[in-house]
Amino acid sequence: MCLAIPMQVKAVEGSEAVVTQGGTELRVRTDLLDAVEVSDYVLVHAGFALQVVDPEEARATLAMLREMAGDAPQEGEARG
Amino acid sequence: MAETGPDGAMRMMDEFRAAGAVEALRAAIAAAVPRPVKLMEVCGTHTMAIARAGLRGLLPQEITLLSGPGCPVCVTAQGEIDAFLALGERPNVVLTCFGDMMRVPGSAGSLEQMRARGTEARVVYSPMDALVLAIEQPSKEVVFFGVGFETTVPTVAATLKEASRRGVRNFSVLAAHKTIPGALAALASAPDLAVDGFLLPGHVSVILGEAPYRFLAEEHGVACAIAGFEATDILDGIRALVEQIRDARPTVANRYHRAVRSEGNPTARALVDSVFAPVDATWRGIGLIPGTGLAIREEYAPWDARARFADLDWERFANVPEPRGCRCGEILKGALTPRDCPLFGRACTPARPVGPCMVSSEGTCAAYYRYQL
Repeated sequence: MCLAIPMQVKAVEGSEAVVTQGGTELRVRTDLLDAVEVSDYVLVHAGFALQVVDPEEARATLAMLREMAGDAPQEGEARG
Repeated sequence: MAETGPDGAMRMMDEFRAAGAVEALRAAIAAAVPRPVKLMEVCGTHTMAIARAGLRGLLPQEITLLSGPGCPVCVTAQGEIDAFLALGERPNVVLTCFGDMMRVPGSAGSLEQMRARGTEARVVYSPMDALVLAIEQPSKEVVFFGVGFETTVPTVAATLKEASRRGVRNFSVLAAHKTIPGALAALASAPDLAVDGFLLPGHVSVILGEAPYRFLAEEHGVACAIAGFEATDILDGIRALVEQIRDARPTVANRYHRAVRSEGNPTARALVDSVFAPVDATWRGIGLIPGTGLAIREEYAPWDARARFADLDWERFANVPEPRGCRCGEILKGALTPRDCPLFGRACTPARPVGPCMVSSEGTCAAYYRYQL
């Protein structure tokens, strides 16, 4: 029940945001966030955005996983 | 995100699934585990993710994974369920709840069965949907069953604020929320359970941050790691736990940094504190745990189902016995596994569940049944 899905913000309208993921579009409340911008990733749970995903931390974790898997970052990819 | 643009961001999130580090993490865990250890995944969403990804089979045999009390439907007391169902027998009442609650057996049948007999009941995705339903149907009394942990409570608090702001008079919440750290304290102190480490719930931690768990490491000496929900996130959390155990240095490791700030989400917590106050709560199968419930504050009494339906005999629901033979309580504490329950797979199946651990899609028994563990 504590499932929360990362979805990307397409538009911010007052205390709501339009978010998308894999072709699904939702309107969610943003009451729990101090700030949110278009193109941010937010964690969506029960119709609310719980938090903005930190892109630097996401990249750092991916870099750690890639290193463990023995993959070098590919050309042209953003690095954290 | 600016330098990658929206498409780059999308790719980045998908990469957590394809990161390819599963084998490397497995090897790191196997190398670090110093002795047989018992780890508890606290969160029901972790329980399901572990079962779905088959992670138990990947781990070295020194590691026993126990499922904890982090399935909200599973720990809701029988009396709370019965009280909610009793409200549905009143004229004009429309019951609303999250999907998992619909099939949970009350002492006299489930909501699904009551609906077949004429009770109005709706599954909602968000508590806000229940409020909208009340606004659209002013002649009805819409009651939302507030079940869930710290992840969900802020969404209900925000909905109650909105009901108050808009002056909606036909909406109320039956609050049966529970909070996690106090339950972990009770488990860490239980004499019959020796857990070496807690895999902490990622999305509860999005709200709480790291600090509320520190006492578990500092006072109880239990290793703690906050983990996300992809297979690699979970294995990375388990790696952090076994390393703490190996080094005999229990702490709270945050391995879900992309979502969990060290301070959590203070805005969400402030909202919760303005609407709810801590109270004692009865956890199904575990019993009373001080300070782990949340009552709606006096200021919001018009939207508190307990105050709004004050003439209901609430005392009657204070101590309702659980179904006979059901071992959910011991399973929720990690003292038994579903295979130890005589009802499992025989009298109790997902099609005819006896206890909530089989009803909820993230219940331990449902996971064991579905994935034949």
